[in-house]
Amino acid sequence: MKAKVLAALRKGENYELKTELNSEYRERRKEAVRRVIANMTVGKDVSGLFTDVLKNMQTDDLEIKKLIYLYLINYAKTQPDLVILAVNTFVKDTEDSNPLIRALAIRTMGCLHVPEVLDYLCDPLRTCLKDPNPYVRKTAVMCVAKVFELNAAVAEENGFVDAVRESLSDSNSMVVANVVSALAEMNEMEGGRGIWRLDTSTVGKLLTAVNECTEWGQIAILEALVDYRPQDEKEAENICERLLPRLQHANGSVVLSTVRLLLTYEKYVKRADLLQQFSKKMVPPLVTLLSSEPEIQYVALRNINLILQRQPKLLSKEIRVFFCKYNDPVYVKYEKLDVLVRICSERNVEPLLNELKEYAKEVDVDFVRHAVQAISRLAIKYDSAAERAVKVLTDLISTKVEYVVQESMIVLKDIFRRYPQRFDGVIATLCEYIDIVDKPEAMAALIWIIGEYSEHITNVGNVLSGMFEGFLEQEDESVQLALVNAAVKYFLKSPQQGQALVLKALQTATEKCANPDVRDRAYIYWRLLSADPEAARSVALVDKPPVELENVNLPDSLLQELVKELGCVSSVLQKPARLFVYKRAEKAGLPRHAETVGSEADEETTTSEAAAGGVDTTNEGEPELLISF
Amino acid sequence: MASAIFLVDLKGKPLIARDYRGDIPLSAIDRFMPLLQEREDEEGTSLPVMTENGVTYLHLREKDVYLVALTRKNTNAMTLLQFLHHLSQVFTEYFKTLEEESIRDNFVIIYELLDEMMDYGIPQITEPKILKEYITQESHMLEITPRPPMAVTNAVSWRSEGITYRKNEVFLDVVESINMMVNANGNVLSSEIQGAVKMKVYLSGMPELRLGLNDKVMFESTGRSAKGKAVEMEDIRFHQCVRLSKFETDRTISFIPPDGEFELMTYRLNTQIKPLIWCESVVESHRGRVEYMVKAKAQFKHRSTANNVEIIVPVPDDADSPKFKSTIGSVKYAPERSAFVWKIKQFQGGKEALLRAHFGLPSIRDDDPERRPPISVKFEIPYFTTSGIQVRYLKIVEKSGYQALPWVRYITKNGDYQIRMPEPLKSGGSRLPPI
Repeated sequence: MKAKVLAALRKGENYELKTELNSEYRERRKEAVRRVIANMTVGKDVSGLFTDVLKNMQTDDLEIKKLIYLYLINYAKTQPDLVILAVNTFVKDTEDSNPLIRALAIRTMGCLHVPEVLDYLCDPLRTCLKDPNPYVRKTAVMCVAKVFELNAAVAEENGFVDAVRESLSDSNSMVVANVVSALAEMNEMEGGRGIWRLDTSTVGKLLTAVNECTEWGQIAILEALVDYRPQDEKEAENICERLLPRLQHANGSVVLSTVRLLLTYEKYVKRADLLQQFSKKMVPPLVTLLSSEPEIQYVALRNINLILQRQPKLLSKEIRVFFCKYNDPVYVKYEKLDVLVRICSERNVEPLLNELKEYAKEVDVDFVRHAVQAISRLAIKYDSAAERAVKVLTDLISTKVEYVVQESMIVLKDIFRRYPQRFDGVIATLCEYIDIVDKPEAMAALIWIIGEYSEHITNVGNVLSGMFEGFLEQEDESVQLALVNAAVKYFLKSPQQGQALVLKALQTATEKCANPDVRDRAYIYWRLLSADPEAARSVALVDKPPVELENVNLPDSLLQELVKELGCVSSVLQKPARLFVYKRAEKAGLPRHAETVGSEADEETTTSEAAAGGVDTTNEGEPELLISF
Repeated sequence: MASAIFLVDLKGKPLIARDYRGDIPLSAIDRFMPLLQEREDEEGTSLPVMTENGVTYLHLREKDVYLVALTRKNTNAMTLLQFLHHLSQVFTEYFKTLEEESIRDNFVIIYELLDEMMDYGIPQITEPKILKEYITQESHMLEITPRPPMAVTNAVSWRSEGITYRKNEVFLDVVESINMMVNANGNVLSSEIQGAVKMKVYLSGMPELRLGLNDKVMFESTGRSAKGKAVEMEDIRFHQCVRLSKFETDRTISFIPPDGEFELMTYRLNTQIKPLIWCESVVESHRGRVEYMVKAKAQFKHRSTANNVEIIVPVPDDADSPKFKSTIGSVKYAPERSAFVWKIKQFQGGKEALLRAHFGLPSIRDDDPERRPPISVKFEIPYFTTSGIQVRYLKIVEKSGYQALPWVRYITKNGDYQIRMPEPLKSGGSRLPPI
């Protein structure tokens, strides 16, 4: 009922607009067009007014013209036959005396995505590509890429692609920059068939243009050069040196694209002194990126992380820049922590540990967890820092703040395993905080510690049987397993005191425990213990393999790939593009030109399979490649 | 590059959408807010870059509006985020504030801007001054319709020709912001100077400017011994008008400036600096009350004075009935910020000031650890730069040969200036005497 009324109302408004659009008064028509666009903006369907809106297209009011063009962009796809009615006005506009209008018309025609318009677009486009005004030319160049996407054959047969290639020599840098962007786009659409390949003479032109064009144009040129293969060492050196000043640009993306180029060219430039000079020059701009807006900082930090895997020592003097500020967004803090652990050396591990301790006292639980984990990573990484790290962790535990205690227990387990026997003195004090620990992972860790080092705890029997009280209520199997293990270890180490407990533990676990895994484990121990205590000893008290820092570096080939894509989405996600970019062939159901899709599908079967395989990985949680701690 | 740009309200409803490529259904934006929420729940933080079903969402937030770019490709994320920032700057320049209301009021011009600033998803022209010349809020008849200013496609894309002023003047402001992080023990964790040379240019024609600074690198390369101190700037970044290659070869800063206000360059110095305003604090918390003692010290030359000093000291959210006593300045409780603000209008170099504060607390409170935000300090010290940077000359040459006057001002102020609070001393043996 309500929907009906609304529909009637909407119809009512559209009806009213229809009358207004056909009004004899210019002002009323203008207001009506504005309202149509306003309705379109909020998502109301005004496609029914197509013909009425179109009638107003022939106007000398620029604002109205722009709005109607916008309307066309939105609804052309659904009404391709009617768009043809607008074509005449478009074509006329491309011959207007005002370059703004010429460019507007050619830009909009390209955005319509209607194959039917193509036939009418070709002639005006050819003229506009040669327009005396650079503003029109730079727009026309972009339009060729749009035509190419719609129908590559048409673009090539009409010589548009050649025309764009020739425009590389345009006297205007802005045009050249757009040429580079358009060619790169077409190259990508062709899947590397090679619409365009840079050669030495073009490189020269680009290096000149880069000094004159806008920041966005500079980025386009830098990106094109990244894919270029210099002829020889000399040329590579020359390119790098000419582009080095771009590191001083105010736009962070220009800076990062320059870094990307320098790192990619590392393999072509052999001279060690030059490479060293490049590295040195990269540092200050990278640090300055950290004073940008948080979103920019985030991308910068993700990329710095990659760069550091290539050049681990690059920022080792700048460690303090990465200290977290209280008001940094959490996502920036996480990335900073990761970088901090990465660049920390044995020399500055002490101040960093103090700093991490401060973070662990904050109230954001997730951040605290990250900070505590960072402490343990430092302990595992640097032998000399272990003692200090354990001190920091026990200090933190003594604050009795529940989540700090839990997290510290978990990481201490790893540190004890990494340095057996070294911290035996600390273990007894940990037992004082048993009551605070209730998170399964932390409990399991603490129980493991107790079982492993039972000989260092005076009243270990009481402690363990105390913990065993809650065995059956405990829902988490990792805790139950840990308890059974600990009881067995305790018994093996001190058979007399441990006998009662181990019997009770195995009995309860086998008879009353609902979890089959726990029961099985208990049975195995029981049999082992009764059949051959020595064998049991060698199973339960075996020397554990030492804990190593998990490998935080990406595989070499992936790193190579990502460094070449510095600044791109792949570098931020730190996974290869094929895992999140689906090729067009898979975009079923999208209103697209069927022929293009068909012809491309053949060439791209291999990639699309890979992408299809990647669908699940991208959707379900983070892939393993992501570094997290 | 970008497939579409959206302006989205806080509920995730699109206010304005501009589709550049047509390769992503516009309904994809409906997933933006849920996705943001999911990340928030899973990882405790939202992320500026997120991917789902082959669509990458890049966003930033401005007041009650999200600016979102969508793409299907492995495109340059840094470029798109920078572009979104430029977008927000341009909008702010046009409508003063960028918020939901101003977007609704100005949707026509926003569409025009989106059309002009990006084509086929590739950023084009983002210079607000130039855009304002031909995209205006008043509608035009075609006879007087603006044409694309020459500047749009010129090598000098930031300045139009034919500017005239009766009096030709240039104002230079050297502003240094001090970023400082001090830990609770009073150790400086990190300190840096973030400098900027800002200009207000009122010059006719196409003037050619050259700026001389006491730049150490240049002095050394030219073998000149500097009179006085030379400054070694670490990372200099220039407005796009400065010829970077010229600077690279002989360290001269030469440029044709945009008209009006702009930031010519920024630089950074990472040297260890003594905190200009030093704060020490002692906190004592008892059952039902908390007390603060803050000592501030102006650690710069006696000749200089810091103006409008504000020392903002955080207190627990539930603190009440404040009592203050200070040797100079005035103190106000700002419960909405959970802090008190100590204002000192003029704080002369070398002077010290003392403040005592007392707050009541509810007698029953939970034992969870308190948030401990840092003390932050605001100040301005005119006629003073921490780095010692100096403008040696500003040469102005225009072909008409007019004389122009350059004016220079220096100022040092706070940047991100944070001093961490010590842990509160627990009750028992009060060390602070009562107010």
